[in-house]
Amino acid sequence: MVASRAIGSLRHFTASRTFRSPGYICRNFTRSSALLARTHINYGVKGNVAVIRINSPNSKVNTLNKELHTELVEVMNEIWASDQIRSAVLISSKPGCFIAGADINMLAGCKTSQEVVQISQEGQKIFEKLEKSTKPIVAAISGSCLGGGLELAISCHYRIATKDKKTVLGAPEVLLGILPGAGGTQRLPKMVGIPAAFDMMLTGRNIRADKAKKMGLVDQLVEPLGPGIKPPEERTIEYLEEVAVTFAKGLADKKISAKRDKGLVEKLTSYAMTIPFVRQQVYKKVEEKVQKQTKGLYPAPLKIIDVVKTGIEQGSDAGYLYESQKFGELAMTKESKALMGLYHSQVQCKRNRFGAPQKDVKHLAILGAGLMGAGIAQVSVDKGLKTVLKDATLAGLDRGQQQVFKGLNDKVKKKALTSFERDSIFSNLTGQLDYQGFEKADMVIEAVFEDLNLKHKVLKEVEAVIPDRCVFASNTSALPINKIAAVSKRPEKVIGMHYFSPVDKMQLLEIITTEKTSKDTTASAATVGLKQGKVVIVVKDGPGFYTTRCLAPMMSEVMRILQEGVGPKKLDSLTTGFGFPVGAATLMDEVGVDVAHHVSEDLGKAFGERFGGGSVELLKQMVSKGFLGRKSGKGFYIYEKGVKSKNLNSDMDSILASLKVPPKPDVSSDEDVQYRLVTRFVNEAVMCLQEGILATPAEGDIGAVFGLGFPPCLGGPFRFVDLYGAQKVVDRLRKYEAAYGKQFSPCQLLIDHANSPNKKFYQ
Amino acid sequence: MTSILTCTFKNLPSTSEWALRFSMRPLSCSSQLRAAPAAQTKSKKTLAKPNMRNIVVVDGVRIPFLLSGTFYKDLMPHDLARAALTGLLHRTSLPKEVVDYLIFGTVIQEVKTSNVAREAALGAGFSDRTPAHTVTMACISANQAMTTGVGLIASGQCDVVVAGGVELMSDVPIRHSRKMRKMMLDFNKAKTMGQRLSLISKFRLNFLAPELPAVAEFSTSETMGHSADRLAAAFAISRLEQDEYALRSHSLAKKAQDEGLLSDVVPFKVPGKDTVTKDNGIRPSSLEQMAKLKPAFIKPYGTVTAANSSFLTDGASAMLIMAEEKALAMGYKPKAYLRDFVYVSQDPKDQLLLGPAYATPKVLEKAGLTMNDLDAFEFHEAFSGQILANLKAMDSDWFAQNYMAGKTKVGPPPLEKFNTWGGSLSLGHPFGATGCRLVMAAANRLQRDGGQYGLVAACAAGGQGHAMIVEAYPK
Repeated sequence: MVASRAIGSLRHFTASRTFRSPGYICRNFTRSSALLARTHINYGVKGNVAVIRINSPNSKVNTLNKELHTELVEVMNEIWASDQIRSAVLISSKPGCFIAGADINMLAGCKTSQEVVQISQEGQKIFEKLEKSTKPIVAAISGSCLGGGLELAISCHYRIATKDKKTVLGAPEVLLGILPGAGGTQRLPKMVGIPAAFDMMLTGRNIRADKAKKMGLVDQLVEPLGPGIKPPEERTIEYLEEVAVTFAKGLADKKISAKRDKGLVEKLTSYAMTIPFVRQQVYKKVEEKVQKQTKGLYPAPLKIIDVVKTGIEQGSDAGYLYESQKFGELAMTKESKALMGLYHSQVQCKRNRFGAPQKDVKHLAILGAGLMGAGIAQVSVDKGLKTVLKDATLAGLDRGQQQVFKGLNDKVKKKALTSFERDSIFSNLTGQLDYQGFEKADMVIEAVFEDLNLKHKVLKEVEAVIPDRCVFASNTSALPINKIAAVSKRPEKVIGMHYFSPVDKMQLLEIITTEKTSKDTTASAATVGLKQGKVVIVVKDGPGFYTTRCLAPMMSEVMRILQEGVGPKKLDSLTTGFGFPVGAATLMDEVGVDVAHHVSEDLGKAFGERFGGGSVELLKQMVSKGFLGRKSGKGFYIYEKGVKSKNLNSDMDSILASLKVPPKPDVSSDEDVQYRLVTRFVNEAVMCLQEGILATPAEGDIGAVFGLGFPPCLGGPFRFVDLYGAQKVVDRLRKYEAAYGKQFSPCQLLIDHANSPNKKFYQ
Repeated sequence: MTSILTCTFKNLPSTSEWALRFSMRPLSCSSQLRAAPAAQTKSKKTLAKPNMRNIVVVDGVRIPFLLSGTFYKDLMPHDLARAALTGLLHRTSLPKEVVDYLIFGTVIQEVKTSNVAREAALGAGFSDRTPAHTVTMACISANQAMTTGVGLIASGQCDVVVAGGVELMSDVPIRHSRKMRKMMLDFNKAKTMGQRLSLISKFRLNFLAPELPAVAEFSTSETMGHSADRLAAAFAISRLEQDEYALRSHSLAKKAQDEGLLSDVVPFKVPGKDTVTKDNGIRPSSLEQMAKLKPAFIKPYGTVTAANSSFLTDGASAMLIMAEEKALAMGYKPKAYLRDFVYVSQDPKDQLLLGPAYATPKVLEKAGLTMNDLDAFEFHEAFSGQILANLKAMDSDWFAQNYMAGKTKVGPPPLEKFNTWGGSLSLGHPFGATGCRLVMAAANRLQRDGGQYGLVAACAAGGQGHAMIVEAYPK
């Protein structure tokens, strides 16, 4: 009662604020008093608690930038100066976001590492003042609290978070190639313990509110409210504020302690961490693990370990200093530029560039309940799309439905879903063997076997039963869409939607448009893809589209390298050593040797000599012997259930021996082997842009990284050319061209870039 | 024909006693004479519908509602139900053989007597030729039992139905774990010693962990108290408001009990113990005392406490429902008509307990009445916060606009007509039995204080709700 009255009074808050410091933007004055509305932060006083509300203008999210920083300093100074105020609450006015992180553009705008260091130190300074404030500060968190937002929250004395799916806490800096630069590396280990802090900072993963409570990252949870006398989101924030104010008062009155009772395990861990020897072991273990996973290609994780270590072993002063210095260094690295670029491109590709389709897709039908079909169904039903999964046989359908169920049930086991939510999501799926209900479908995605005749048959069958508005999308990795559309009565409704396996894990969706595909059809496909949570790129039709086309020459080179006597294991370590997440030989096994064979023959026909290199005979022989990769249990490696370590398939030796070609010594060093693979990939990607298959370099980078595992630390083929230097890429290509011929001829666009150093794919 | 007769009859309040004695036929001639006395300000003079049988409550009783774990703790649910049935028989002097059907509501089922209606009826000496079934719909199970009876009578299948409800929270089925059950069942099937031994070898100590009946909503895994706390917060209802309302409920119940208004209570001679004559959960406290309690669900800052929630209760109720002409033919003087009713359901997460707010406007619209036509409100009080939230929802244009298809608000019931003899917070809430108590309270209040229409409303787990119009039987 008291709380709700106080809220009322706060809403009508018009107390005058005469203090005015230079340098902030003054938007408007209220007519009645000298009230100053700041642009990013506002505060009111509720009893003796100051409620500070963060609300970045014209944006869906709050980001820590210079203006916000300045205003926060000002506001805090006022609060500390006021006799009336005894405690403070920090809250966002935006329902889905506390603070999403620091403004990346602010970092990108810095020319020298010194500037970045300064930004870091300013942040450290204000957060330290918050931490040392004698007036307790409560962070009331609703929505994303990431990066700098988390660092702000953990410098407060108490944290209350809404137990909402939208509320996540995390330190994702490492994913951008930097580190938490505003005291995060120093405070986090003290708050959640060294192992948990490493986990958060090295993986960058998001932590849900309930988990955060268990870890000690937040002190209280507030349940989100349902409808009452105003919209639920609005009221939830209000309620969060009321609760936070109560706690702020309690803390100021010393009725509540900010100290948390630790569990037994936690106590034991924190005790163990007081022993220097144990700590050293932990550092060593973590370092080893990071080395193994990053192959030394990513500097940020190692620096994070260093900085944490410094703070703990040499005291916080040293720690803070080291943190800001390393932050500055990392922000200037190629890796962080590549990762930040990738982040920007990803944001672009998560946006709908094609507008809303005329008819929203509500009913989806998928043909073929194989791995892909069922995967597509899984990512559709959990977004609320009514989905029909059709297969030709009951056994196939059963398998597909089970795959969807298992995917959902695994989430239940991880507690990401309740069993009830699983059931209700699963009820969006209808499995059937006939075309019943297709007259309601807004979109049909076919994921039948990659055979043009079969696709034609299916297309004709479907067109007989679907309504005119219905989009027909083909999930194919190499068959040109215009060839599929050739038998269609309405080619403007035919489009390609190339998903990547496993669909629920791989983020990319490559949409392929033909000359005839209508804009509305593209908009439909993109909207569905985005709804399914995919990063969407849209490319023009052509053999292999974009992704498969880039991969093919590289795979051809893989075969040549194998023929030249480099073993599959060695090849794998060379490719992963360059930053690919999966080794080239393993990738072939995973994709399926028969598929690779199929694609390389098709594309070989389409593009001729440029796609040559290794002999197709290698794949042909493997297929004929049944070495299809993981699915048949044998490929380059042997796959057995329950056996983790992979053993080479010794039967491959004779095949490889029979096809052996002599290596060319001046282009066969380890580095050359790596660059032979990468430059062919990059050259083909640039050619796709040159030919207009790709619309933007950003889409090319996203497609390569998210679809094909192009090393993220390089930022994608186009970012790679920018950062590595077009001239150097061309030089490499020329060198290999001299040895192998046309396959390595650099494309015109790449040569253009090499000739004029100012030309960049990203300006 | 009958409907015309009954219709006529009911509009002759002054002559009804007389009618009782002389059966109804002579009255048909006086149909033009009625018009005058009763309800002048009402939107509708009666809710009788042409070509529909009038259905009346002859009377209803309940055994005293007791805190769980007290006096009834050694009994079984059908014992309580049986006591309510014998009480009803005694009160109405009903010849058992005229009963066509029995229906009971219950929530936490005793597995031995899963059709508790049948077991209780047999034990209470009803004819073994009278069928009985048990319904469950969480806290509106007894309401469902009554309306099922209404359906049977309205469709002409039955003339006399006994509806009731029972709940015994002193004893709940605590089961072996699924693993243990599976093992025991497999053990039964095992033929050889070897099979048995191999089964036994799979036994693990954690198999013995018992499985308690769920207190949480199955679909959301949220307990009802937790949801009530969030609901109160969503409607910005303070702890103080909730405590005040709970205190009101206890004070009014105490007053009603002291004044002997709770006439539906029948004494129950508990086997091996004394006779219980009154409810034992009515405990008016002070706001200061109540303020000391810690929140029970959302800790440490929630607002729902043990003092402003309904408590676990043992109890049973039973009610005699008849077609009007049958009741009159048998010489009864009914207490009320059961009129229009609705069931509603909403989001079980965020609107779990908002049933009354949805059901009230709906049933009023159906009956063609307005809030002003109602003289007595009997709402089930699950939690203070829940009642206050429902009242606020009914008083909110925003809520009506956004959640009730853009309608205008129905307005809150006036408190002077609202649960004036106490409610579930104070009298207790045996889940399966509360519905009949609500209807009898409405009927008895209308009979005593005058007035024509009463409204009964309740929320239930699963996000469901119910409301029914009770029309006083003319005196």
